[in-house]
Amino acid sequence: MSEFSFLDPFQVVTIPLGDWVESTLNFLVHNFRDVFRAIRWPIDQVLNGVEYTLQSIPPSIGIILSSLLGWQLAGKRMALLCFVTLTLLGLIGVWSESMTTLALVLTSVFFCALLGIPLGILCARSDNLERILRPVLDAMQTLPAFVYLVPVVMLFGIGNVPGILVTIVFALPPLVRLTNLGIRQVPEDKIEAARAFGCTPRQMLTRVQLPLATPTIMAGLNQTLMLSLSMVVIASMISVGGLGQMVLRGIGRLDMGLATVGGTGLVLLAIFLDRLTQAMGARTGADPSLRWYHTGPVGFVLRLFGAKQPVGRSKTA
Amino acid sequence: MTSADEIISVKNVFKIFGAQPETAMKMLTAGASKKEVFEKTGQVIGVFDASFAVKRGEIFVIMGLSGSGKSTMVRLFNRLIEPTSGSIYLNGREITGLADKALLDVRRKEMGMVFQSFALMPHMSVLENTAFGLEISGISEKERHSRAREALAQVGLAGQEHSYPHQLSGGMQQRVGLARALANDPTILLMDEAFSALDPLIRSEMQGELIRLQAEQKRTIIFISHDIEEAVRIGHRIAIMEGGQVVQIGTPQELISQPANDYVRTFFKGFDSSRILKAGDVARLDPESVRKLNGQAPQFKAGLPFGYLIDEGGQLLGVVDIDTSGAGGSTHYTQHQQHPVFTDTPLHEVLEIAANLPYPVPVLDRSGALTGTLSKSQLLQTLSRH
Repeated sequence: MSEFSFLDPFQVVTIPLGDWVESTLNFLVHNFRDVFRAIRWPIDQVLNGVEYTLQSIPPSIGIILSSLLGWQLAGKRMALLCFVTLTLLGLIGVWSESMTTLALVLTSVFFCALLGIPLGILCARSDNLERILRPVLDAMQTLPAFVYLVPVVMLFGIGNVPGILVTIVFALPPLVRLTNLGIRQVPEDKIEAARAFGCTPRQMLTRVQLPLATPTIMAGLNQTLMLSLSMVVIASMISVGGLGQMVLRGIGRLDMGLATVGGTGLVLLAIFLDRLTQAMGARTGADPSLRWYHTGPVGFVLRLFGAKQPVGRSKTA
Repeated sequence: MTSADEIISVKNVFKIFGAQPETAMKMLTAGASKKEVFEKTGQVIGVFDASFAVKRGEIFVIMGLSGSGKSTMVRLFNRLIEPTSGSIYLNGREITGLADKALLDVRRKEMGMVFQSFALMPHMSVLENTAFGLEISGISEKERHSRAREALAQVGLAGQEHSYPHQLSGGMQQRVGLARALANDPTILLMDEAFSALDPLIRSEMQGELIRLQAEQKRTIIFISHDIEEAVRIGHRIAIMEGGQVVQIGTPQELISQPANDYVRTFFKGFDSSRILKAGDVARLDPESVRKLNGQAPQFKAGLPFGYLIDEGGQLLGVVDIDTSGAGGSTHYTQHQQHPVFTDTPLHEVLEIAANLPYPVPVLDRSGALTGTLSKSQLLQTLSRH
């Protein structure tokens, strides 16, 4: 070992960060196996449920249902878009893989919402928590996925569940940030009015802050969804199935055809999901006098059965 | 005034904005001025030693320029802002020390508030907005909707229940704001520059509406305004605030005839004082010019241009032109034919009458007795003074 030198002290003085992480990880793996098993369990259940449902719906029925959903949420153009993207997915032969990917994405978004929205609400209430959480969120978004892919594999093994865990790590931050932002941006006068009428903090949250923050929270959900979609490709390295797996295999075997089909499938799925969630977000900001059941196929059916039109309506959406 | 007439009484209330209100408070009790406190500690004084009382059933206007602490003052009543020191009593109960639950109760039942920016919830219909306070108090949907409909009818918005705030004009939105405050049937209505954001025509319409509602329901209203015309029109009493201090409290007439300082005087500069001053405020009685008619010819002092004759009960009989009929000995008088001017007739209605009369206008009380006279020079002097 060389002599200590002021000009280059780092020859001698170093922090063995890598060693620490490794020994901590070893310690965790040996002593907390049950805890990690327990974390796997709920994710496994939700994922299996969603995937089973999506895989068991026949493609034609799936396309029709999605188109109806698109119509309900954002009108006939949306229905057409849903129909076209999903039909293309079927035509290029990746329907089953798409459904696996969709199940993965929906499951991770579900858990992101479960964690992210409450966390965002807490952040909006406490400046201290926000200050602590902000660098953590930054790290979650910027840390290369490969860095935590390895420890996750050591702790949880390989497969879909650890894949969802790494996806959550990457996709959670925008939802927390935008929920926080949405609640903090609720106009002060509305908050003051609610206080003046005797709102408890809970009523304030459920009756004023969350409804007014909904468009922003929906934008966060949309971002989370998009990030999840991009992450499931990287997660395919730890043996996560679906479209990402196709792309990875294509690259590995230099099979450009397979990689392109997988990639195209991902893009189509992304367009479908993005437009659908944006439409959901736009709804919450739109004319609130128009109830959801006044438009789309539900409105159509209700009108067939002679339901009354809402007053003051100018055109059907 | 007994304390039973007082619905709110404010005792030595201070509000200091900043991180170390205690230090500032100590300096103030030691006699430092607001400017010194600000320079030494950086603490801003919102309200400085306010003490006053609001009477039951009156419209109490708090007036001041922006930054005078009037909006802070009104928020101290329902403790949207906590006072630094001092106490506020509502119906004899101190609300400055209330625990959270009791405070929520006061906000839900005793106070309704109307805001300058309307502050309606955009995601709720007009009906839901109006029922907001009731919903918060946990009242059943059926009851709160029927009470909200009543409140909407009171402010002239029946039939708009299912509209949304963004579909309404500013004036209509503020009617919803008013209905929302009224739906709770609060003891006190707090109105923070409620009409300032409205255009002049709608504003005056809303003022009329408020005066009508108050006359019907006798609700205590605390109204914040920076507009003297508005304050004088709707206020029974006006408190004028300057730099956090309450400078003067009084009826519009009191403020205009005896302003406490130049600040109060400047408020009324350019204000048409003939609209709030009453004939009785300006009329003077010269005993030499009034004689009872009891059978004999009345004697007037020579040199007086006109004399007034009254009967035994003090009722005005007529006017004697002394110059033409001589100082004494004549029972001949002209009857006062003009529309009668009473002590509470606004001055601006007297102007035309005075212009058409050769003699000073006799001013009567409501029973018809002569209480004084108003000459043209008196009128002109009064109007030029303000």
